[in-house]
Amino acid sequence: MKLPVFLLAGLLALPAAALAADTAEDVVRRSYPGATPEEWRARLDQDDVQALCSRHRNRPPEDVAARIVESQLATIRYPEDGRLLGDWKAGERLASIGTGGHIGRIQPDPPDRKKGGNCYACHALAKKEVAAGNLGPPLTGYGRLRGNAPDVVRHTYAKIYNAQAFFPCTSMPRFGHSGWLTPQEIADAVAFLLDPESPVNRE
Amino acid sequence: MRRAAAACFGLAIAFGAVGEERSASEAIAEYRQMLEDGNPAELMELRGEELWTTPRGPKNASLAQCDLGLGPGVVEGAYAQLPRYFADTDRVQDAESRLLTCVTTLQGVPGDEAARGWYRAGSDLEALVTYVATQSRGKPIAAPVTHPKESAFLAIGADLFYRRSGPLDFACATCHAQDDRRIRLQELPNFENPESARTSMTVWPAYRVSQSAVWTMERRLIDCIRQMRHPEPELGSDAIVALQVYLQHQAQGGVMTGPGIKR
Repeated sequence: MKLPVFLLAGLLALPAAALAADTAEDVVRRSYPGATPEEWRARLDQDDVQALCSRHRNRPPEDVAARIVESQLATIRYPEDGRLLGDWKAGERLASIGTGGHIGRIQPDPPDRKKGGNCYACHALAKKEVAAGNLGPPLTGYGRLRGNAPDVVRHTYAKIYNAQAFFPCTSMPRFGHSGWLTPQEIADAVAFLLDPESPVNRE
Repeated sequence: MRRAAAACFGLAIAFGAVGEERSASEAIAEYRQMLEDGNPAELMELRGEELWTTPRGPKNASLAQCDLGLGPGVVEGAYAQLPRYFADTDRVQDAESRLLTCVTTLQGVPGDEAARGWYRAGSDLEALVTYVATQSRGKPIAAPVTHPKESAFLAIGADLFYRRSGPLDFACATCHAQDDRRIRLQELPNFENPESARTSMTVWPAYRVSQSAVWTMERRLIDCIRQMRHPEPELGSDAIVALQVYLQHQAQGGVMTGPGIKR
């Protein structure tokens, strides 16, 4: 006897609820019928940081910001050999590479295409490279200004690995945390920023 | 012939001899001016008009009775008021989505067939959108936000604009929510700034010099999404339509000048 009552209540409640409950997440769920489960996991579903920063439109209140810093500091992993200052020339190459990781049917990358750091898309670095973007702060002279004592090296590595641990809801990707760059590649980027021989600090 | 020679000359100036003292955008502005009465997008516009007026498909009908929101057959000014809610489909639709509805219902072409390869340079759908958009030249952007589904899509579109995901944590807002920002030397519109939003939204569809192709707004957005390393949303899906409702809202009042010329 109970079942029809539930059914009736459900039918009555459904249309209004369906309309009111149509959120951005509902829309996302039905707009990518071609995405594979792996693409949903790695590219569309949000982790806590992404969800919080989206909800607060990248201006998190203090308590949320503190929570993000705490959780993201815990994600940072250092290279097994302990070398945080790599090869600045390799780092310089990485800074100019903007390819890798494109998917879809229109213009995908081959799956093994090298992923770059693409630092120049957003940051000024070596003075000789004039085609530098400005979404991030200019980093020209980064090492000249800071030196390369062990704590500076460690701090720089950590920022590239997971910038959210220092600037909650920053635009900068979490290059190490997401696995976009390897710890070795991040060490090369650190050297590009801090090595006194690097063009970031020489010109 | 003379026009083609002028275009080549313009290209050489714009991309061959850019001095450091002159920004890329100035060079492109100059190139645009030289092409003012010879935008290659005009060929797409003409082809789109032919597709609109020629009887085709299993029903051997033209699109002349297509309702783009201002009544059957009214093309003038319709694009500037898209996306909007359509009662017959009970959906908010953008130009691509609505044209597919018309191709399906009036001409009898199955939807997946009409959409096949739509993103390729010179596709029928891009030609049709270009034709329709051109018929709004001089009209202010005024996508309605009156039906409950339109209001809901505006709010959802804003949420999607800020929705971060993927390996690089990107959202539209990562690059398009501040003034005077660039990726490398490419200047980025700020859709939080109505003036900047209008400058951007009023020129699409546009001939893209770097692609040698006319791109519609939806094609442009899907390439942004690709660059963010996200999967491609389905053509005319609610996500891509809601995003356009938001962008058109930010740009409302901007006077349509398209088809434009872009990098």
